Amino acid sequence: MGRVSHMDPAVEVIAMKDIVKKFGDFTANDHINLTLHKGEVHAILGENGAGKSTLMNVLCGLYRPTSGQIYIKGKETVFSGPKDAIDQGIGMVHQHFMLIQPFTVLDNIILGVEPTSGLVINKKDARKKIMELSEQYAMKIDLDAKIEDISVGMQQRVEILKVLYRGAETLILDEPTASLTPQEIEGLMDIIANLTKDGKSVIIITHKLKEIMASSDNCTIIRQGKYIDTVDVSKSSENELAAMMVGREVNFKVDKKDQEPGELVLEVKNLHAKDYRGVEVLKGLNLKVHAGEITGLAGVDGNGQTELVEILTGLKKAESGEVRVLGKDIFNKSPKATFDAGVSSIPADRQKHGLILDFAIEDNLIMQHFNEEPFASKGFLQRKAIRKNATELMEKFDVRPRGTEGKPAKTLSGGNQQKVIIAREVTNDKELLIAVNPTRGLDVGAIEFVHKYLVEQRNKGRAVLLVSFELDEVMDLSDRIEVIFDGQITGSVSGKEADEKELGYMMAGGKKE
Amino acid sequence: MKQKILKSNLIFTLLSIVIGFIIGAIFLVVAKISPAEAYGKLWHSVMDKPKYWMWTFTYASPLIFTGLSVAFSFRTGIFNIGAEGQFVVGSLAACVVGILVDVPAYIHVPLCILVGALAGFFWSFLVAMMKIKRGIHEVLSFIMFNWIAFYLSNYVVNLRAIHKPSSEATKDVMDSARILFPKSLLKLVECKAANWGFVMAIVAAIIIWVIIEKTTLGYKLKAVGSNNSAALYAGINSDRSVLTALGISGALAGLGGAVQVLGMAGRLSQFAGQEGYGFDGITVALIGGSNPIGCIFSGIFYGAMKYGGTKLTMVHAPSEVVNIIMGCIVLCIAISPGIKMALSRLGKKGGK
Repeated sequence: MGRVSHMDPAVEVIAMKDIVKKFGDFTANDHINLTLHKGEVHAILGENGAGKSTLMNVLCGLYRPTSGQIYIKGKETVFSGPKDAIDQGIGMVHQHFMLIQPFTVLDNIILGVEPTSGLVINKKDARKKIMELSEQYAMKIDLDAKIEDISVGMQQRVEILKVLYRGAETLILDEPTASLTPQEIEGLMDIIANLTKDGKSVIIITHKLKEIMASSDNCTIIRQGKYIDTVDVSKSSENELAAMMVGREVNFKVDKKDQEPGELVLEVKNLHAKDYRGVEVLKGLNLKVHAGEITGLAGVDGNGQTELVEILTGLKKAESGEVRVLGKDIFNKSPKATFDAGVSSIPADRQKHGLILDFAIEDNLIMQHFNEEPFASKGFLQRKAIRKNATELMEKFDVRPRGTEGKPAKTLSGGNQQKVIIAREVTNDKELLIAVNPTRGLDVGAIEFVHKYLVEQRNKGRAVLLVSFELDEVMDLSDRIEVIFDGQITGSVSGKEADEKELGYMMAGGKKE
Repeated sequence: MKQKILKSNLIFTLLSIVIGFIIGAIFLVVAKISPAEAYGKLWHSVMDKPKYWMWTFTYASPLIFTGLSVAFSFRTGIFNIGAEGQFVVGSLAACVVGILVDVPAYIHVPLCILVGALAGFFWSFLVAMMKIKRGIHEVLSFIMFNWIAFYLSNYVVNLRAIHKPSSEATKDVMDSARILFPKSLLKLVECKAANWGFVMAIVAAIIIWVIIEKTTLGYKLKAVGSNNSAALYAGINSDRSVLTALGISGALAGLGGAVQVLGMAGRLSQFAGQEGYGFDGITVALIGGSNPIGCIFSGIFYGAMKYGGTKLTMVHAPSEVVNIIMGCIVLCIAISPGIKMALSRLGKKGGK
């Protein structure tokens, strides 16, 4: 990629020494060291629950370490709260953006630190300062747009500007690429380069090895709360990093035997639909998914994938067209009816659609079956059967920590929440499984796991529709790839013959010759 | 361990109660009344004799019902601020049937209770229908329905068929419809209004607890209440759940109204202002932590305060002090997440 490093190894900006953080008996961080230099991009790599977020929360003043020291520019510093960290120039961009949807970009950036003249907010000064920042680091934004109207990529730029506006010298980016399109990721990489060129330091928390290779100078690996090593990225490899993170060799290639597709399971004909604003987003879409086949839907976010999935799962009404599952009409039917017809799905938003976070894990595992034997009898829930089901599924799908069947789902890490959903949907044993961005925000180990189960479903003769913004994932898993652009399928290639460049071209609206 | 205590809601509820009493004491001091004397009176007038206990339970019964009504709506994700109106129509329906229908007691009592519950159910169901069919926000329509119930009740109370001449109230409910204890028992407990309402309230609380915790119905209602999107995704019909949840919640408030008329009051008076049983239910539900069993205890507590408050005038303290105390308690409970956070921070700083 031809990355230029802006690191100045002579200037240490932050040094964390022997950081230990315990929660009760649980040690989340066990003697972790981290040194950050001026202009450095430092990646922190670790599985879900390895302790990355805890470490970063220590660094931005949210947690106080049980023991260990933090040095800022060589001086030992104790943070008594996030404000101290901000004053020391440390700013964090969280994975889930902390923005107020109905407010404008400008209002969000200055929120809490509004420049005032007398009693009124001096927006003119603020605007000028933000425009300077945005030009300096080449971050295009529309200051007067409302957050709810702008793309995820732009929201992220707003978050970055927010911390820069507060004078951050060190930026912590938590899973910054989790919800970005390939183009937006490239844009982010440029922004990071601009920041470091200016002498700022960046810490990236991520699972994506490719991005670490492309963006970082050094990488610190944490496993189960323990410090493993800090390596010079340019002298390492993806495989080496992955092995250090998981503690064993990781298999990137998905094992998949050739298999003839079976009967037609899902058939979508000439589907038309509008989005919530009344704009037509599906413009006569046709799609077929066969049994024993993974069909990947490749496309840039916002080309109708979301609406298509919502229609297939009964959450949204289409304008016209045909949707059949095994010949049965499910056009504009309720979620229950589509489920009964044979559609189960792993939703894109696991916290909104996939789980009831306040419900116990065991209750989340029976969401479509709470009314059926053996989980219910004469209107009463059968706790024993529900618990047994949960224990078995958590064992089989490796949901960690064990023994938490009765704890709320919100206590699980993201990857384990996803495993709960997969456990539930896969064991539904429906003819069609729709998986939408099933590995979003998951670490390598968990991704391997999810992929294994999707392929297993295919091998069992189920039809799988994989909708993903990760082109690599679509290419690795799919038997057939359909490209969606502007509400239509614009191309179809066999998974084996797929070529990244060609797919990218089609995803951007180009036609296959 | 320290963290565990901080997380426990019960401790915070008790702490809030203490704070409520302290703030009430400040007001008493300002009013030049000795808090010790006033609180002493409050304590003695509730605790000293078994007959006071009976009065407390009698005061508590309708409050437990409206508390359950609000708590149930909280647990299913909707705020039933209309318990007041449902209580009023419940008492009105029970009162009318209690006066006009002449049947033996073993039919009359269940009939009156049933129409009370149905009236509350219907009153709440209408609001739920408006929410589902027309998207009208329930808080708005609940508040309006409270006033409709209020004026409807005042209108009906003055109808010739049930109005007691030269009074502000209806005729008395027939004895066959009353749920008072048998005469011998009344004498024994020395409380002329002691009735089965309290027993019914406890039974209702247990039933509601079972529904919420143990049944598929409770699972469904809670699922819709906690995360409507996920419930919909899993194929649960959220509209029907809202109707069911609000219907049950309304029926509970209506039951409270019926119990009040058939038990303690015996008749319905023309209102000068909203009586507030439904709104008190919000207090009861909050103090009870939205837990049906908790509502029994918070209902008894509130009942004791209300009953004790009536005797405060004896020491020249205004009985409104009780309302100030209750208000402060609710306020403290409402802001307890903030206090908890502050305390756990302090705890972290103080500890290692």
